[in-house]
Amino acid sequence: MSVPGAKAGDVGQRAASARTLSVLVEDQPGVLNRVSSLLRRRRFNVESLNVGASEQPGLSRMTIALHADDAATEQAVKQLYKLLEVRKVTDLSDERFIGRELALVKVAASPETLAQLREIAELFGARVIDVAPRSVVIEAVGSEARIASLLEMVRPYGIREIARTGRVAITRGAGGGEG
Amino acid sequence: MVTATVTTIPRDRTAPDPAPRAARPYTGAHALCEALVREGVDLIFGYPGGAVIPLYDVLTDYPAIRHVLVRHEQWAAHAAEGYARATGKVGVCLATSGPGATNLVTGIADAMLDSTPLVAITGQVGIPMIGKDAFQEVDIIGVTLPITKHSFQIEDVADLPRVVAEAFHLASSGRPGPVLIDIPKSVLVAPTAPSAPPPVELPGYRPTKFGNMGQIKAAARLIAAAERPVVMAGHGIAISGAINEFRAFVERADLPVAFTLHGLGALPASHPNAIGYMGMHGHAHVNRAIDGCDLLINIGARFDDRATGRVDAFAPGATVIHVDIDPAEIGKNVKTAVPIVGDARHVLAALIEAVREQRRPEWHAAIAAWRVPPPPATFDPDERTISPFKLIAALRAATGGEAIFTADVGQHQMWAAQWGAYERPERWISSGGAGTMGFGLPAAIGAQLGHPEAEVWAIVGDGGVQMSLPELATIVQEGLPVKVAIFNNGYLGMVRQWQQLFHDRNYSHTPISSPDFVKLAEAYGIAGLRVSDPAQVHETIARARAIAGPVVIDFRINPEENVYPMVPPGGANSQMIEMEPDAVE
Ligand SMILES: Cc1ncc(C[n+]2csc(CCOP(=O)(O)OP(=O)(O)O)c2C)c(N)n1
Ligand SMILES: [Mg+2]
Repeated sequence: MSVPGAKAGDVGQRAASARTLSVLVEDQPGVLNRVSSLLRRRRFNVESLNVGASEQPGLSRMTIALHADDAATEQAVKQLYKLLEVRKVTDLSDERFIGRELALVKVAASPETLAQLREIAELFGARVIDVAPRSVVIEAVGSEARIASLLEMVRPYGIREIARTGRVAITRGAGGGEG
Repeated sequence: MVTATVTTIPRDRTAPDPAPRAARPYTGAHALCEALVREGVDLIFGYPGGAVIPLYDVLTDYPAIRHVLVRHEQWAAHAAEGYARATGKVGVCLATSGPGATNLVTGIADAMLDSTPLVAITGQVGIPMIGKDAFQEVDIIGVTLPITKHSFQIEDVADLPRVVAEAFHLASSGRPGPVLIDIPKSVLVAPTAPSAPPPVELPGYRPTKFGNMGQIKAAARLIAAAERPVVMAGHGIAISGAINEFRAFVERADLPVAFTLHGLGALPASHPNAIGYMGMHGHAHVNRAIDGCDLLINIGARFDDRATGRVDAFAPGATVIHVDIDPAEIGKNVKTAVPIVGDARHVLAALIEAVREQRRPEWHAAIAAWRVPPPPATFDPDERTISPFKLIAALRAATGGEAIFTADVGQHQMWAAQWGAYERPERWISSGGAGTMGFGLPAAIGAQLGHPEAEVWAIVGDGGVQMSLPELATIVQEGLPVKVAIFNNGYLGMVRQWQQLFHDRNYSHTPISSPDFVKLAEAYGIAGLRVSDPAQVHETIARARAIAGPVVIDFRINPEENVYPMVPPGGANSQMIEMEPDAVE
């Protein structure tokens, strides 16, 4: 990805209240349920929760993006550790990390605007991955801020639908890989 | 007036032995019973139903397991809690799927909030039926997710021995709590072979036992330097079996000890370092000592709001040391200078070594000067109604501090906490975190079964006892000599007290009628006594103690007596109401 001005980890540089937890969990039935139940019950303010396979068989990695102060973040980490399936919780707020999300955006298009939309997408390192008579689908990967700017740019054309993954994150350099 | 009625206790000892049955295939139900026996389970509180009939069928083949049939599953859970709290062992309750399982919910929540080791076994519809809204299907795993330490649904009968071993390990180790095992009927009836579980291996579960030595030394330095230290003694001391270490520690550093509700008895009430009960209805001198202390050493308590009052005004001048096995409790409610994560017994053993021998006569004298003497166990000739706190003192005096008191929830519970003067923690069993009305009677059943030789008194209100009254039948069926002391004030007293003090005496729906408890006891085949004259209290208690079987006593107490001191809800512990506002001239 070569987006001019895009800084790795710029998600982590937002206001001090934006936190990212990387949580290594056992692949057990109901583990997502347990984590989300805990976050709801203790009223943690979750922006997104993402789960997928990790580098280790039998373990998945969750990325939890939340708005919290230091005390609440510490509580979230400690409470997560109390779940049996949780192996490792890393508060990425303390580390150098890269945060990204994937967005699929369906935008109204006509033969006249198609070229302009392609150009905008390119500017953001995004791609037009589907072209239909009246719309296109743009696939964008980047920080939330980056994706927000892209959405601003295409909004005047008419956004029909948005699907976003929420943040996934990884530490920079040799760190991480724990668990 | 005292009336007594004793009728014989019907116990069905004449049931014929079941006809010998043909050898049956070994199933999940057998594997479960064997796994329970392997865990040392000799007592289950339960109630049968469709999904667990195959288990009940097999249960009779395992005479090592006594099953107590309760009258409602909630009381099975509380009885199991009472048993666990009295013995330190894991309590076990069993219910069928659907409504049986949901009836356990309050008991599971109660065990979670009070860190009581409990294994709850629920039946479930067969695996092919799950998710189809089958008859008596309830997603009990989902329902209990936030109120269990962990839960399992067994999918493969081969997992049964392992899951049971893990469940008991989880329930009883670290910070204890309730663990639910949901077993589909298809698993109970599935053929399997006897097998021993593998050693418990839970990589995601490693409770910290030993405290950090650096922090322990830091704590010792603070203790040595403190002028006005106070120990806040919590449930963790009893749970970790640390009463000897605790005593040695507080004696060596000469520390005054304040007790939370579940800390009562962690040091004998008669010990010179024991100052008393803290919190919303704590003794005034104890709250005052904490308010003025320069060092607060919390051992195994979670800074519950009923103990701390308004948290930003709690122990305002104190540096805080907090020992807890659950790291999430440290810093959750109160800012802590020295956090020590570990098992109280191990941490205290290290602390005994680290602290130096000290004497603090001035500080003890200051606290003693604030102390209001406890109520006498005697009644003055001119008293017309029974003072409930004197009644607690009378029960305490009659039983010599040897009896187990279980309490329900309300005013009577607070009087019992204030004036029960407990010498050991297992002699005081009460629902703290949840404050579950109805708890007292089933908890007494569990405690009595855990200690058949002990004298067990259920101290209950007229409101709470009407929630769990049907358990009188369980007491009779099991032949338990539980003594039930009903503090009958004709009110949901604790709520009425709040209404009186904070809602302009608007007694909205708190006057409560009761049946004739003496006749009711009689109907169950239990001795029933009633007393309203203070002069006859001692004689009545003596009569009840002389009866070998269960007794229900209807104590007609002063109806509008309040619990003092009281910290107004949301208020600071330093702002106690110490006595009846009208009584101040
Ligand atoms: C299950 C449940 N419902 C309601 C309450 C609220 N509550 C707390 S104390 C109390 C009054 C209890 O009355 P009673 O059992 O007569 O005891 P008393 O306070 O009069 O001693 C009530 C209603 C509760 N703690 N538990
Ligand atoms: Mg009452």
